Order: sequence, then C-alpha cells, then structure tokens
Amino acid sequence: MRDGLVELLDGRLGTTAWLSHGMPVIEIGAGQLPEVVRVLRDELGFDMLLDVTAVDWLGRTPRFEVVWHVFSTRDCQRLRIKTRVPEEASEVDSLVGWYGSAAFMERECHDMFGIRFRGNADLRPILLYEGFVGHPLRKDYDKHHEQPLVPYRDTADRGTQGGPR
Amino acid sequence: MNHPIANPVRSAILPTGGDDGRLIVNIGPSHPATHGTVQIITELDGEKVLRADVHCGYLHRGFEKECEAHTWHNLIPYVDRLNYCSALINDFAYCGAVETMMGIELTPRTRVLRTLLSEYSRIADHITCVAAGLMELGAMTAFLYLMTLRDYIYEHLADLTGARVTYSYGRIGGLARDLPEGWLKRLDEVLDEYETYIGRIHGLVDRNRIFIDRMRRVGTLTPEQAIQYGCTGPILRSTGVARDIRKDTPYLAYADLDFEVPTGILGDNYDRYVVRMREMDESVHMIRQCVAMLPEGPINVDDPRCVLPDKTLVYREIESLINHFKLVIDGPRVPAGEVYSAQEGANGELGFYLVSTGEGQPWRVHCRAPSFVHMGVTHLMLQGGQLADVVPTFGSINMIGGECDR
Repeated sequence: MRDGLVELLDGRLGTTAWLSHGMPVIEIGAGQLPEVVRVLRDELGFDMLLDVTAVDWLGRTPRFEVVWHVFSTRDCQRLRIKTRVPEEASEVDSLVGWYGSAAFMERECHDMFGIRFRGNADLRPILLYEGFVGHPLRKDYDKHHEQPLVPYRDTADRGTQGGPR
Repeated sequence: MNHPIANPVRSAILPTGGDDGRLIVNIGPSHPATHGTVQIITELDGEKVLRADVHCGYLHRGFEKECEAHTWHNLIPYVDRLNYCSALINDFAYCGAVETMMGIELTPRTRVLRTLLSEYSRIADHITCVAAGLMELGAMTAFLYLMTLRDYIYEHLADLTGARVTYSYGRIGGLARDLPEGWLKRLDEVLDEYETYIGRIHGLVDRNRIFIDRMRRVGTLTPEQAIQYGCTGPILRSTGVARDIRKDTPYLAYADLDFEVPTGILGDNYDRYVVRMREMDESVHMIRQCVAMLPEGPINVDDPRCVLPDKTLVYREIESLINHFKLVIDGPRVPAGEVYSAQEGANGELGFYLVSTGEGQPWRVHCRAPSFVHMGVTHLMLQGGQLADVVPTFGSINMIGGECDR
C-alpha cells in the first residue's frame, strides 16, 4: 500500500480516514464529494471508479450510506469513500464528469435504493424495467412482493407455484 | 389471453421523423447472434452504427436481495450462478471475502487447490468466450474443437464436485471435499489434450484472412477509455495496460507462482482474442506449478465458527452436535464490519462488498460484476463500426448475463 495514505487523507481533506481489512476508507460529508474526488483523481492518481453502491440502515438516521470504491492503476491501490444521506434528501453528486463508469453504476444504485445522483442525466432503470414501483434493495421492500410485466394466468394451483402474495 | 405487454425499456434513441436516411434497428434481447440476454438499440446510417443504446437486466433475479435472507454459507450456490462459466472463481472470491472478515487463514493445501481450480475455471471461461465468438463468425470447426475441450474440463470437474457447471464447491474456511483418487492424473491428460486442441485453433484462426478482417481494428478501445470506464481483466489488458490482481496484489498462492500478464497493442477484438488465448497458456503453466507444489494436509481450517465438525464427533459428543446445529440453523457468525475483497475473475475484477452486523446472515451483499461494468462501455466499442461488427465485438466482451444482471 502507498505509505502514509491514511494520514494524508485524514488531515488533508478534513475527513475521517482509517484502515479496514487493509483498505483505506474515508468518510465524508455528502457536500464534500466533488472536492474529495477531484483531489483523489487528479492529485493522488485514483483514475478508475470500480463500484458504486449503497447500504440501507433502516432505523438509523441518516438512513442510507452511499459507498464508492476507487482504484489507482498507477499504485494498484483501492480506496473506499463513504457518505451518509438521509431518506428525505437521498441525493448525492454524480461522478459522471470524472468517471465514465459512473453512468451505469449510478443507474443501478438509483434503481435499487432510490438514491438520486445530481448531474447524471440518464437515471433510466437498468436492471429493473420502466414502470417498476419502489426500490427493491431497501429493507422495507418486501422480498416476496411481485410486479410482473406480463400478468400471471389465473390458475387454481398458483399458491404452490410461488405466485404473488 | 391477450394482454398488452408494456415495453420494459425506454430507448435513448428516438426516431427523428426526418428523411435523413437514418434507421433505428433493435437487436435482442432474444437474438440468435447475441449469446446473452441483452438488448442493443442501434441508430444506423446505412451499415454504419452511429449510436448504440445498451440495455441489460433481462436476467435480473434479485441476487443481492435474496442474499440478505440466508446464512453466509447458504449463499455459495447463489454466487455460483453469477458467472456460470467459471463458477469456482465466484465461490472462492465470495468465500475469500467472508474469510477476510472472520480473519481466517486458509490451510496450505486449500490455498494451492483454490489457485489451481481458479485457473482451471479460467480456461473453461476463456474457451467459452473464444468458441462462441468464432462460431458467430462461422467457424464451426473451431467451435466444436473448443467445446470438446471444455467438455473434458466440465466432466473432470464433475468428478471432483459432482456437478458440471454450478459446483457449490467452496466452503467458508476450506473446500467441500478433497481431490478424489486419480484426479491429478486425469488433469495431466486434460492439459495434454488442451495443447493439442488449442494448437489446432491457432492453426485455424490466428492468420486466417477472414478472421483478421473481422477482428483487427474492430471494436477498439484506447487505454484511457478503458480506465475511464472501469474496464478490468482481458479487456483492459488488451489495450496494453498490464493490470492483473493476481500479479499486483497477490492472493491465494499467486505470489509463489511464475506467470506473465499478457497484454495487447490496439485494444481491438483481435487483441482480446490473443490476450485470452495467451492467458489460457499461462493458466496451464500455473496449474502445472500448483500440482508440483501441492502440499498434503487438511483442506478445512480448524475453526468451529465456520467449519462443520467431524460427523463422528457430532454423533458422540454434545458440543459438536450443538456446534453443527448452530452452524446450520443460525449460520456462521461473521464479525460486524464491512469488507471489499476482489479477485481476478475470468472477465475482470470480481469484487464482493459485504456488510455484516455480527449475525449469521449478511446485512448487505454486493457483487461488483465485471460484465455489468463492461456493458457501460460497450456503446463506445460499437459506435463507428459496421452493423455486422456488433456480433464479434459483443462476443469479445464475454458478457455473462448471470453476473451482469444478478
């Protein structure tokens, strides 16, 4: 790992940084994201966005945690960025201006959690379909809830076939 | 029954209504030339692709949601079904992530065995990609040679795991079972067959005029584009960027192995073919080293938090019976926390982001699937090319619906 990365990030950006299972993690305020990403990409060489996802901590405030993983192809170093967003204003800045890969990943995260990415003009459903109601990876979305595009045939034995409940 | 079916996608490309000669052609999601359930909406000027709008998700089955309702161990059959061409790598990547959270150090034999089987799976995966790509270009002979070879591997893996494609062979802290009698001898024979068959493919394809015309300078990516769009694996390496997790941050037994990271020059379809072919050769080289260094010893760690106790003890003593019962009913207790652990899958960086609250079931399982990320750059590879190039270019990406759509 790059020496002193955690110390550098901890002081430099006014964020909290620590090591988790060998990977540096920084926690930032949602508003700091553009500045943090600019420093990470342009000054520290984190040139690849690996992943965007979220965690629903139902019952906690703020409810959601948005998680990014970035990678430096120069140093072979991975880093996690986390920020918390409340349910009422589940919105963060989009990274499409920095990383092309953000476009698809943010669409997925929007599909699954309803997090809006400010600046991503294309948040059409990607793994789900047009007209899908709700966000299935939220903890209050019932796993058994079904929204078939093609209506089920009305048969008597549907109860044993795992039909809608 | 006559229900109108709503269109599941909203196209980014809309008819202009003008008489500019542009045509919108929809390919898929069920199309004989796309081996994978994907929909590509293209805007054409004659034969030239001006814009492409790629839609995936037709194979979405709520993998991540389902994972939250099962114990850590029960997820192994599910992760198998992500990239079903190299299911063992998924098993080991997932188990590796859980083991990192639990602080488990694998036994020496399992470290080497997992490495060996990962490389064996990588060969099967690359064979699938190369074979399907060749078939779509009309090279049936090459396809059948490669499928014969892949079948030797599948049958051989069935001897070990009991299944041909989805193995459920990984275990947290070890493996399901040790090698059966004579397995390594057969491995040697399969690797000899590999050399015969792959030699034939090189002879049929490498300098074939038709193949080169269809593949060279088609579907190109620059290294900058590949990095910008998060490409990993053979696609990134075909552009000349020698990034490979096995080399850069070695896991399992990769630090002890001698191997090269093949790269391409132009980042086109031909380079992706060459990189995959050379990676298979490196995998064979690694497997032979693994066989030579395979240590004796147990395959499972001695850790009651995750490994089932010996069956004879379960019948004899109450502690082991309770241990067995708790592991099956409640699941292994994974310490609270989070981890992102990545291994080099056949298609690129296969990462698992796991969040635990200290229970026997995960709070969140997220799979960073290389196929999904690569779908985000596919439009760049298609735009500017010919309509007929969509088929080999899409084939060279090796999109696996199971892992892309989860």
